[in-house]
Amino acid sequence: MNALAAIGEALVLIGTFFYLLSALGLIRMPDVYNRMQTSTKSATLGSLGVMVGVGIWALGTDFGSAAWLTKTVVIAVFLLLTNPISAHALIRAAYKSGIPLWEGSVVDKYREHLEAGEKKKAETPEASEETPEEGGEE
Amino acid sequence: MGEASKISRYLYTVIVLFLIWLAITASLDVQELGFGLLLSLIVAAFTYEIFTTNGLANLHPRRIAYMIAYIPYFLWAMIKANIDVAYRVLHPKRPIRPGIVKCRTVLSSDVGKLALANSITLTPGTITLDVDDDEYFIHWIWVPDEALVESEEEHVKASSEGITVPFEKFLKVIFG
Repeated sequence: MNALAAIGEALVLIGTFFYLLSALGLIRMPDVYNRMQTSTKSATLGSLGVMVGVGIWALGTDFGSAAWLTKTVVIAVFLLLTNPISAHALIRAAYKSGIPLWEGSVVDKYREHLEAGEKKKAETPEASEETPEEGGEE
Repeated sequence: MGEASKISRYLYTVIVLFLIWLAITASLDVQELGFGLLLSLIVAAFTYEIFTTNGLANLHPRRIAYMIAYIPYFLWAMIKANIDVAYRVLHPKRPIRPGIVKCRTVLSSDVGKLALANSITLTPGTITLDVDDDEYFIHWIWVPDEALVESEEEHVKASSEGITVPFEKFLKVIFG
């Protein structure tokens, strides 16, 4: 047991704590948008903590080498870059398929934007679309 | 910013691929390095056209310095975001006031917009819903009072200051 292993263990512990929060957020939040909020953020930082923690932990043990740390950091960076994109695609698809916001929501500027695009399209007769959800699209 | 020459874009792709190879193999053996370089050259020949438009200009020292400064800033914002999430999930009253707000950005490049959208998704209480030209539609878990005004201009100004402006000073330099 040395300092590096201790830091790694602490990071893994923090990471799993955020995993727990992420799962708890899925249960407690009222609608799909707020669930995406909590699960994306906590799961990303949780994975980051666990992976970098494992890398540092391995440095402190006698079988570990620097290769552990570089590989885990590459995976962590990859996850950090791709996780928000999947969240973005999911939440946008949810909105486009008509899932309503929670009734406590205070403002919806995206609906106004889509309706404005709809109106613009209706004024130019050759580009009239039937599907209302796709109104703001090119 | 115009498009860089093909050679510069190709070389930039090779450099990025080779750095990833270095990190994944984590070995400085001559054979491994040589094979990695060969693979980078081949893969870059197929992919450089979609990978980058600026080429070697991305490796300007000022951009790299800003990128290195951006990493701890971003990680700190992410940790704050998670403490915020922890508070909202664990608090018995569940203090959320969600809504979709509209922001404007000053960034012009597509990669910059992507980086900003990713940064927004991972920072306190916000998640990007859609990007249309310079307009961002963002789901905010706690819309503050300043953003709840009738006037469109004031709404955009207030929400931009809360969400996009802190990152733009870095991303403007890194991606233009």
